[in-house]
Amino acid sequence: MKPLLVNTFTASSCIGTGLAATFENLVGQHSGLKRCAFETVDIETHVGEVPGVDAVRLPQNLHKFECRNNRLAELALQQDGFLQAVQQAAGRWGRRRVGVFMGTSTAGILQTELAYRARDPVSGALPSNFEYGTTHNSFSVADYVRQRCRLEGPAVAICCACASSAKAFGSARRMIEAGLIDAALVGGVDSLCLTTLYGFHSLQLTSPAPCRPFDVARDGISIGEAAAFVLLERAPQNAAADSVLLLGIGESSDAYHMSAPHPEGLGARRAMQAALQAAQLEPGDIDYINLHGTGTLSNDRSESQAVTSLFGPTTPCSSTKGATGHTLGAAGALEAVISTLAIQNGLMPGGVRTSTIDPTLMAHYIKDNRRAPTSRVLSNSFGFGGTNCSLIFGRPE
Amino acid sequence: MSLSAYVSGLGVLGPGLSNWPQAAAVLAGRAVYAPAPAVLPTPTLLAAAERRRSGRVVKLALAIALEATSQAGEDPTELASVFSSSGGDGHNCHELCQALSLAGREISPTRFANSVHNAAAGYWSIATGAMAESNVLCAFDASFNAGLLEAMSQVAVDGAAVLLVAYDSEYPQPLHAKRPLPDAFGVAMLLTPQRRATSSARLDAMLTDESFDRMADPALEELRRSIPAARSLPLLRLLARGEAGRAVLEYLDVSRMAVQVAPCT
Repeated sequence: MKPLLVNTFTASSCIGTGLAATFENLVGQHSGLKRCAFETVDIETHVGEVPGVDAVRLPQNLHKFECRNNRLAELALQQDGFLQAVQQAAGRWGRRRVGVFMGTSTAGILQTELAYRARDPVSGALPSNFEYGTTHNSFSVADYVRQRCRLEGPAVAICCACASSAKAFGSARRMIEAGLIDAALVGGVDSLCLTTLYGFHSLQLTSPAPCRPFDVARDGISIGEAAAFVLLERAPQNAAADSVLLLGIGESSDAYHMSAPHPEGLGARRAMQAALQAAQLEPGDIDYINLHGTGTLSNDRSESQAVTSLFGPTTPCSSTKGATGHTLGAAGALEAVISTLAIQNGLMPGGVRTSTIDPTLMAHYIKDNRRAPTSRVLSNSFGFGGTNCSLIFGRPE
Repeated sequence: MSLSAYVSGLGVLGPGLSNWPQAAAVLAGRAVYAPAPAVLPTPTLLAAAERRRSGRVVKLALAIALEATSQAGEDPTELASVFSSSGGDGHNCHELCQALSLAGREISPTRFANSVHNAAAGYWSIATGAMAESNVLCAFDASFNAGLLEAMSQVAVDGAAVLLVAYDSEYPQPLHAKRPLPDAFGVAMLLTPQRRATSSARLDAMLTDESFDRMADPALEELRRSIPAARSLPLLRLLARGEAGRAVLEYLDVSRMAVQVAPCT
């Protein structure tokens, strides 16, 4: 594929609102996971909650979009000069030549969960002020971002469960390469809600403790929330040496099971292989792998097998979900941002919360931060339905 | 700037429309449109346990995907796909929200796994063994067009065939009052970079400011207006008639999508 320029980016998760705090907490190996006190949830688990989300107010003309998910999007858009950078891109390319590609798994479904509790006792009707299209519907966050940034190019939500916002980069790349647009606002926004907390709990996939990816005693995920955005552009002929490019994308399907990964990670391997091929790189060219690494027994086992079958046992890798929690549909974009920070700062973030690495997992999992030149990073995101996506970011040749 | 692809297989299912040949007869004016509740076939592709659990959107998506691929004699194993739906499985969503509103909040793990927007794509991959990339989109009322843009971009950029599956189904009450889709409707298109023996037309698509087309038949216009995937009807009408022409489809508030149709004769 033709490399794309990462112009500007930002992320807000439980380890930081904006890049400075995020990076500081990666350097300090801090986790943002806390005992779950979200809404009325009565599950023994830890979550990565972003502070201050519900204090955010959307602009008056977009009040129909009011819900936690869009507030989280608004909070993140305000950081790191991102809104201004998007306006500059719109000025440079034209509003119709900038597309919006947002990954989400549950969008603003919390709004519907709350509305179901407030149904009319006689008719069963939902409250009259409940808005479906601009809150619950998956497109709501893409529509919000599009209207907030006054962009007029193609806009779409990518809804591939926990691979959603990684795959959003794939949609953006196809449209830029096809010539429909010149730039893309790519991102992922997913916020805490009862559906995912009780849902993963019903599958016995949530850990009561903060998640410990690749640990011998790992026992499930910690759900987090995040909004992360990347402004991608057609790369110039000679990109500056200090720029970061999206070099490769690989996608695949497991064709195996709705909620369990392929035991040997065949789909995952296929996605990583396709990303390497798209980037015209060899496995040895990758300096660090940001794993999907959710912390469930089967996910980490299958991913470790896929990684070692392709990269062998020496490429440093880690999961940042012990710090951020599993931010579901936002994970791909959040980890794309972390991968970009890793390249810019020569920092391979160690996997926090993991104490004893599972000796049966042969991938080279790092617990401690490494300061080393990091020119190319591969980031994995996999989801329910057996959907897989790997992204490769790196410096220009 | 336009995108090109050949339509090399079609599947349609909706109210009063049971498959592409029958829908084509209606859209070409050779048969009268008689609206009747959509009949969704049992997904025989799936194993018995999965078949029992599959909701209406999965039945709909699998039926049209199968019709489009088998009509073209296409092996789905290495076929990339784009699924696009305005809302996924409304009945499953209702059951989950209902359970979460009650004390105890006991929800079914199967219902949760099936609640992902990409459930139909997942079942298609499991049923056919397709390991190629599959993307799943939502653009509310513009979901068909978003899917067509994505699929045609993919055909153009990757030079490979792509199966587009656009489908919508209704919510039960009380969500139905807030999102009143009357029934299920879906369309699947096998889009190929080159003309094949089964190709019916070449499409050239672009974004435009023109005003969008409506259906002359009031019942078909009502269908086009009320179910997002049925925004494809002006395009399907040209394909059914085997006519050269231009269909302008409703897309986002700021733009429409024009599709030039050139029949393969």
